[in-house]
Amino acid sequence: MSEKYIKPSRNIAARMLDDEMIVMSVRDSAVYSLNATASVIWSAADGSTPLREIVASKVVPQFEVEPEVAYQDALELVEELAREGILVVADHPIKQQDSA
Amino acid sequence: MLSQAANETLEIGIDIGRLPIAVQTDDPEYIRILERRFARFQCNPAAAVARLELTVAEPSFSIGDDDELKVERAGTQWTMRRGDFAAQWNPTERRGEVRSLPFHYALDSVLRIVHSLVLAETGEGFLLHSASVIRNGRAFLFSGVSGAGKTTISRLAPADATLLSDEISYVRLLGERYYAFGTPFAGDLGVSGENVMAPLHTIYFLNKGEHNRISPVSPAAAVSTLLRNVLFFADDESLVGRVFQTACEFVSRVPVFELTFRPDAEVWNLIR
Repeated sequence: MSEKYIKPSRNIAARMLDDEMIVMSVRDSAVYSLNATASVIWSAADGSTPLREIVASKVVPQFEVEPEVAYQDALELVEELAREGILVVADHPIKQQDSA
Repeated sequence: MLSQAANETLEIGIDIGRLPIAVQTDDPEYIRILERRFARFQCNPAAAVARLELTVAEPSFSIGDDDELKVERAGTQWTMRRGDFAAQWNPTERRGEVRSLPFHYALDSVLRIVHSLVLAETGEGFLLHSASVIRNGRAFLFSGVSGAGKTTISRLAPADATLLSDEISYVRLLGERYYAFGTPFAGDLGVSGENVMAPLHTIYFLNKGEHNRISPVSPAAAVSTLLRNVLFFADDESLVGRVFQTACEFVSRVPVFELTFRPDAEVWNLIR
């Protein structure tokens, strides 16, 4: 099973407001809001920490969920955000220049 | 206030949002038009922090067939073009040139764009499609698209309310608080706002309905709706990002609600 790495796309702006991460694509000004779990994952998306490690170290202890269930939910989430163009998902660590 | 330099250049100062801009032209008729148009917002041009030089174009002047506004960054400068004017703005020097027919509509537009660009770059605030009033020393904003009720709620305001604008509001952070300033930009009411300011108490997103009701708005919805109503003309990704951060900062400091109202004066009983 390959690891997944995640990093915010380059042309986005993000800001935490209350418990929500608000994300905007500066290309089309579309605004997204991430719930508490998604916000934790987003905040840890540094391109070098595997998604499974993010889930195990950040999501599982904070939200008291089964690790495998949490990971599958996280996979679904990051793929959806990638389809929206605001997150880059790769099978290898992501460098700055790759987060187009 | 009007001044005339030795070279016959005429100049007035126009102070909106505590950002006084000196406007120069050599056409006495044009300067009188501007003097009447911005009567409540005139200031000493010597106090200006920015400058616009107006050149009156020949009567046949037109740079296009349509009214579409184009604002683009060209190197260190911004260019603005519409059917009735062409302008340049240097944000570093805070100087610009405008070529238009001698009507105030072109300068109205240029002023809105210049203020929007300055506020976007400094991150201090924005111009908003919104009515705004001061009541009991506090400013209230009523934001919405055309038809949402900005002019209606302005017209229904009680006698003790001071109108800042029924169309375009000016929001700026001074110190730790956001303030709303009056603007000369009027909607269907056709009346210039008062040249006064007050700390911003609440912003309402307007909807017309059968009953008066105030509803909460989530931060994400507040930012999204706010951005839809912010006047921002430039297709520039870095500035769009700054406007987003400004909108988030605003939402973190100013209470945001949705106001559904029926068009009678009772709605003002909810605005306190």
